[in-house]
Amino acid sequence: MRQTLAQKILQRHTDQPITADGQIVQCRVSLVLANDITAPLAIKSIRGMGVKKVFDKDKVALVCDHFTPNKDIDSAEQVKVVRDFAREMDITHYYEGGNVGVEHAILPEYGLVGPGDIIVGADSHTCTYGGLGAFATGLGSTDVAAAMALGETWFKVPETIRVNFTGKLPEHVGGKDLILFTIGQTGVAGALYKALEFGGEVIDDLSVEARMTMANMAIEAGGKVGLFAADEKTLEYCRAHGRDGDEPIAADPGAAYWKEMTFDVSSFSPQIACPHLPDNVKPVEEVSDVRVDQVVLGSCTNGRISDLREAAAIIRGRKVAKGVRFIVIPASPGAYSMALDEGLLRIFLDAGAIISPPTCGPCLGGHMGILAGGERCLATTNRNFKGRMGSLKSEVYLANPAVAAATAVTGFITHPGKL
Amino acid sequence: MTFKGKTHVVGDHIDTDAIIPARFLVTADTAELGKNCFEGLEEGWVKRVTPGDILVAGENFGCGSSREHAPLAIIGAGMPVVLAKSYARIFYRNAFNMGLLLLELGDDIARIKDGDELEIDVAAGKIANLTSGETIGFNPVPKFMMDMLSGGGLVEYVKRKVEQ
Repeated sequence: MRQTLAQKILQRHTDQPITADGQIVQCRVSLVLANDITAPLAIKSIRGMGVKKVFDKDKVALVCDHFTPNKDIDSAEQVKVVRDFAREMDITHYYEGGNVGVEHAILPEYGLVGPGDIIVGADSHTCTYGGLGAFATGLGSTDVAAAMALGETWFKVPETIRVNFTGKLPEHVGGKDLILFTIGQTGVAGALYKALEFGGEVIDDLSVEARMTMANMAIEAGGKVGLFAADEKTLEYCRAHGRDGDEPIAADPGAAYWKEMTFDVSSFSPQIACPHLPDNVKPVEEVSDVRVDQVVLGSCTNGRISDLREAAAIIRGRKVAKGVRFIVIPASPGAYSMALDEGLLRIFLDAGAIISPPTCGPCLGGHMGILAGGERCLATTNRNFKGRMGSLKSEVYLANPAVAAATAVTGFITHPGKL
Repeated sequence: MTFKGKTHVVGDHIDTDAIIPARFLVTADTAELGKNCFEGLEEGWVKRVTPGDILVAGENFGCGSSREHAPLAIIGAGMPVVLAKSYARIFYRNAFNMGLLLLELGDDIARIKDGDELEIDVAAGKIANLTSGETIGFNPVPKFMMDMLSGGGLVEYVKRKVEQ
């Protein structure tokens, strides 16, 4: 059988022959992940299961990133539960404090995920690692607890939607715009239960970090995974982050797709997802009169070093508009450190930005930038559901890092080319 | 397995932030989560629920985050079963793992209105709408999921596997 990328990776992790989509298979997992919100529930389930140790202490990652640095007593208590469990189980990859960043930013940087892996995480944006050619998907805490105990989980082999991008990317248009455009086309339920597989000449030229930005938001189309072939660029990224022995992986030519879509990107503008769903997508020109109170640059979608560079290039020598709060959140200690060395933090500070430690923070309405009723934010994050960043009467617009920087400068949603 | 109760209808694409906003995720206690069920949809939404009531939703119910707190909040609010046009996949797994039954009705969901009295017979695959007098079918629950649910959820399943 000519295999899709999803079928190919799943087959490597199961002894059952995969013959068709829709089949239920039991797969061995490469890494199991949970965070400070989802791990406490997983730990409760593990206790209930009577499990005394995890299947492999080197293949479990616990990342306290959502409400950290702990925002209140309750969140501190939750992190304590995770910390005590990590000690008891002698978990190798426990992150809290100076080594912590947004989970989906740090695991690739620490070389814990790579091509051909299966990663399950109690976080819906676990699909980010699809950018490296991994079958990575979010599950609930108890499914993750079972995977921590047994080292395996079940999957329904997903049908695949293949999305091809052709043409040449215009300036200030990148991975975030490609995925927002795709979600605008499919709708938030258009890829329900399905795998998204991205390809074409534009993807071949795209950086690995931009591919992770795209894979990250597969869930916003309802997708199970967002997959990219692992090519020479991927292998170079993996080697640079301490991994050895990874191999390329791609779908077979002529694999059977449930649906194929092809888009020419040559005339694309930066894309904006308007309130209150990620599929309410418009080109930036159509929303350029919208005034904002806050701009957030960060998250597992767009808080990597390439995102900080993109935004800094726009805001360098300029000032944040009066009355606008521009919150910059490097997603990992690595990105923070590089931004320091490259002078990006100086650029942001001189512009009048607020710099936060790495955290998920305001993305999910946790802390570090919550919105009041009637306030509006443009963010490089992934969700603009009603009330996601604070009050039920607030609004969130989603965009790429260059648009975020340009918007911080003018106070209105702005095309970076218009500055 | 049978259920009888009054319905509460919510819309399409109801996300997990609407079911239980992130600010309430500082506990893993079912009853505590239940007190804030749908607080992200409307303040005080849960006050309308009498234990045993039935939740009815549109397309892609439970989209968004992987938080298992979402099905727990619905259980904690006293609603043991959900009917919807369709479900988001992480939520679907989570619900069965937590012991919350989900039935998928497709377009027939439009035949149920807010406040209708329903009687659900899961084995027979039938929903009697006592208010309208109609009988409605639903897509069969995969055997795999039903076994999980009737075996006490995923925790009990793994417990048996670990003991073996």
